Amino acid sequence: MNRLLPHPGLAALLVVMWMVMVNDISFGSLFLGLVFGLVVPIFTAAWWPGRPQVRFRPAVAYLALVLWDIVVANFQVAAIILFKPNRDLRPAWLAVPLDLITPEAITVFAGTISLTPGTVSADVSACGKFLLVHALHAPDPAAEIAKVKARYEARLKGIFQ
Amino acid sequence: MTGTALPEVLAGALIVLGGAFALVGSWGLVRLPSLMERLHGPTKATTLGLGAMLVASVVWFQLGRGEWTTHELLVSAFLFLTAPVSANMIAKVHLHRLRAGEAGEGPGPAGAPDAPPGGPDWATFEAPHEGTPGDFEGD
Repeated sequence: MNRLLPHPGLAALLVVMWMVMVNDISFGSLFLGLVFGLVVPIFTAAWWPGRPQVRFRPAVAYLALVLWDIVVANFQVAAIILFKPNRDLRPAWLAVPLDLITPEAITVFAGTISLTPGTVSADVSACGKFLLVHALHAPDPAAEIAKVKARYEARLKGIFQ
Repeated sequence: MTGTALPEVLAGALIVLGGAFALVGSWGLVRLPSLMERLHGPTKATTLGLGAMLVASVVWFQLGRGEWTTHELLVSAFLFLTAPVSANMIAKVHLHRLRAGEAGEGPGPAGAPDAPPGGPDWATFEAPHEGTPGDFEGD
């Protein structure tokens, strides 16, 4: 079973992506999607040793939260761009201390920070313990760091155990 | 008449919303003070702008013509995967130019970033070696 289906999550994702891409629900395209879903994980198995276990349900809840935050925070950034003069703008560099350990979790965290408006993740420290983030408007950098840690990092810790 | 007008009104409203966000993002690119601040406009406001236009496309084909269309979901998924990567690359190049003190590169209102507390420097300044950041075994 493990040799035939080494990565069930990737297989399911490939089938869904194939169905979305062909834009047509028919037996033929579903069959081809299933073939890809079976074959691709087997041939790429060598490239993801030690992959982390991902909890499905918190991951879906996290995706919904991030999508909602992207919409809400976009309005905030639009308001800053339109109405806040440059002299009132307080951009800042934040060094966010990381509790996450696996590279996959840190990558998702950094991507989330970049997508939620007002912050862009720029770099990770060479020791992997800090994330360098640029904030568009952060009058209180410590509060901003606490916010992203509580809102995103705590949830990611529940997804990548 | 109202039955046929609904998808047009909905799609039209979403296209106007998307266009407005794309415009605001581009205006941010013009008026914000330095590179790092400018990076916020096009990576984000434009993401939602394009997202709204893609939803408009789905609404129009689904409600207006009754055709099943899912390509737009893939477009937005790939957009969400690639936007942080390009922003990250631009930020890294900016960090290198700041440290090298190249002409015409001001640090902007936020200044240059401090080194991380305690540990070694930011990963982008590290000499290339095997493995992920923090993994110095096998060097």
